[in-house]
Amino acid sequence: MNAPAYNFAYLNEQTKRMIRRAILKAIAVPGYQVPFASREMPMPYGWGTGGVQVTASVLTPEDTLKVIDQGADDTTNAVSIRKFFVKSAGAATTERTEEASVIQTRHRIPETPLTEDQILVFQVPIPEPLRFLEPRETETRTMHALEEYGVMHVKLYEDIAHYGEIATTYAYPATVADRYVFDPSPIPKFDNPKLDDCPALQLFGAGREKRIYAVPPYTKVKSLDFEDHPFAVQSWEQPCALCGSRDSFLDEIVMDDAGTRMYVCSDTDFCSRMRGEK
Amino acid sequence: MYVAVKGGEQAIDAAHRLLDEERRGDRSVPSITLDQIAEQLTLAVDRVMNEGSLYDRELASLAVKQARGDLIEAIFLIRATRTTLARFGYAEPLDTQAMRVRRRVSAAFKDIPGGQILGPTFDYTHRLLDFSLTGGAEPAEAARAPVELRGDMPRVLGMLGSEGLIEQPSQAAGEPADLTQDPLNFPAGRDLRLQNLARGDEGFLLALAYSTQRGYGRTHPFAGEIRFGTVEVSFTPEELGFPVVIGEIAVTECEMINQFKGSATVKPQFTRGYGLGFGQCERKVMSMALVDRALRAGELGEERVAPAQDEEFVLSHSDNVQATGFVEHLKLPHYVDFQSELVLLRRLRAETGAEGDRLEAAE
Repeated sequence: MNAPAYNFAYLNEQTKRMIRRAILKAIAVPGYQVPFASREMPMPYGWGTGGVQVTASVLTPEDTLKVIDQGADDTTNAVSIRKFFVKSAGAATTERTEEASVIQTRHRIPETPLTEDQILVFQVPIPEPLRFLEPRETETRTMHALEEYGVMHVKLYEDIAHYGEIATTYAYPATVADRYVFDPSPIPKFDNPKLDDCPALQLFGAGREKRIYAVPPYTKVKSLDFEDHPFAVQSWEQPCALCGSRDSFLDEIVMDDAGTRMYVCSDTDFCSRMRGEK
Repeated sequence: MYVAVKGGEQAIDAAHRLLDEERRGDRSVPSITLDQIAEQLTLAVDRVMNEGSLYDRELASLAVKQARGDLIEAIFLIRATRTTLARFGYAEPLDTQAMRVRRRVSAAFKDIPGGQILGPTFDYTHRLLDFSLTGGAEPAEAARAPVELRGDMPRVLGMLGSEGLIEQPSQAAGEPADLTQDPLNFPAGRDLRLQNLARGDEGFLLALAYSTQRGYGRTHPFAGEIRFGTVEVSFTPEELGFPVVIGEIAVTECEMINQFKGSATVKPQFTRGYGLGFGQCERKVMSMALVDRALRAGELGEERVAPAQDEEFVLSHSDNVQATGFVEHLKLPHYVDFQSELVLLRRLRAETGAEGDRLEAAE
């Protein structure tokens, strides 16, 4: 029994063509969830199989790949996925956001603004923004078709009634190109404004749920809100303890048994750049 | 000074090397061979082939070894391998009536043409630990039937069918659906449901099937026939245009007889539930047949009230590779989302202010 030789980026060409067709459809109908015949990948469902399949289908030998998880290049799953593409595609990799042509991400959008030459691939656990309000796929598809998003607004309103504000802090729903409400994957709502009018192509892959959707370059993305409760992002009282940035998303680190806290940038590339510039 | 707490490639590599060492166990004990797994852990291999959707005993044995006996992990390995294999096309439908039967029982009739064939089974064994297995003692040779079994074993449900007592098997025309090539879509046809159940987790199906027996979507089942044996697989290569036999596989098939159904114009008839799987997997195919029948609720005009009758619920949660991945993904870092929740919770608590503190103290 010999180990088989794998195709460039693991997937066979037939599968890549199928996924590329789904991606093209997703770009043509921004925010619409395109069903695709997701394959079993050599990493578990829920660990980025959708993102990996999208990346494998758009990656060319000329590309430079960056993989982040929680904004960092050296988190375990980011390391694992980066290694997968080094092994299966011989991909050139980088940790610098501006050097990458394809960036696969879980839970963050880089702080460094993206450009037209880049593709940002999101890993998506639950692509359906209405799922926790309506568990049935047959129902939610109809709701999207009829643009029936009342329940979502009711949910956000109930938050305000209970807590005085909208209590959704990540995977915050937004409307793409004035039509489909979509789930931007569990990025913090801090990152939602970056989705809007972004020069880069943003692709979303959900492997287990078998859906691909897209936000094409320079597309309007509006986070749901109310006139008297406008959308707002998180802010911190202190700057990053390492680089001093006041406008990046900060992770909280527990330093000792006494519970001393320290706040540092979640985007490790951005943080090291800021420190370098000083 | 704070040093990054995050993962790191070296730690991952070291963890994987440690896993390799743990898998090997005590080096003074001989390493288990694939032959030993394929020959002696047969039913584990069968399950991995079934839920892995790939009939290859050698690869399944390797997967069981690599997974340290964790069958869901082994199934996952087989599924991932499957992605890389070239597809040549679809085989001709299996003719399970022509099965070379090793076991065949019916709980509906005392005796049936072709006979009740017990074959290798745990049924009727006393579940007492057999300490003779601790040593290398070889079992006595099994008795052989004095006569050849019928090669064309008649179907028990067919016998009922000739009297019109049971519905005819569904005769869907055209290519069956294939959820490995197209995404699962609802409502699903029975072909797609059966494929999903065949790949579904044995434990999940067992629990659902059990729930129908306890009143959650009751279907009044009888095990009409369960047969296990080998069948030929035929394939029609495009360049030949006629089917050729390409091999033989072992399968288990279960046909359930269920609650009858009739109307003003149609005489009452029993209904069917069906299960089929690779290797010997009676628990699996019986569960599958019960769930298949429960899922036919809509088609048979029954009210859908129980989980086992709910197509979206059953089909969306039956796959253990999907389920284990998503449950275990909670081990992945969620710092960013958790941080977002912390920020919100602290602010909400601050806003609740003194009033909240007083209430908390009073509780």
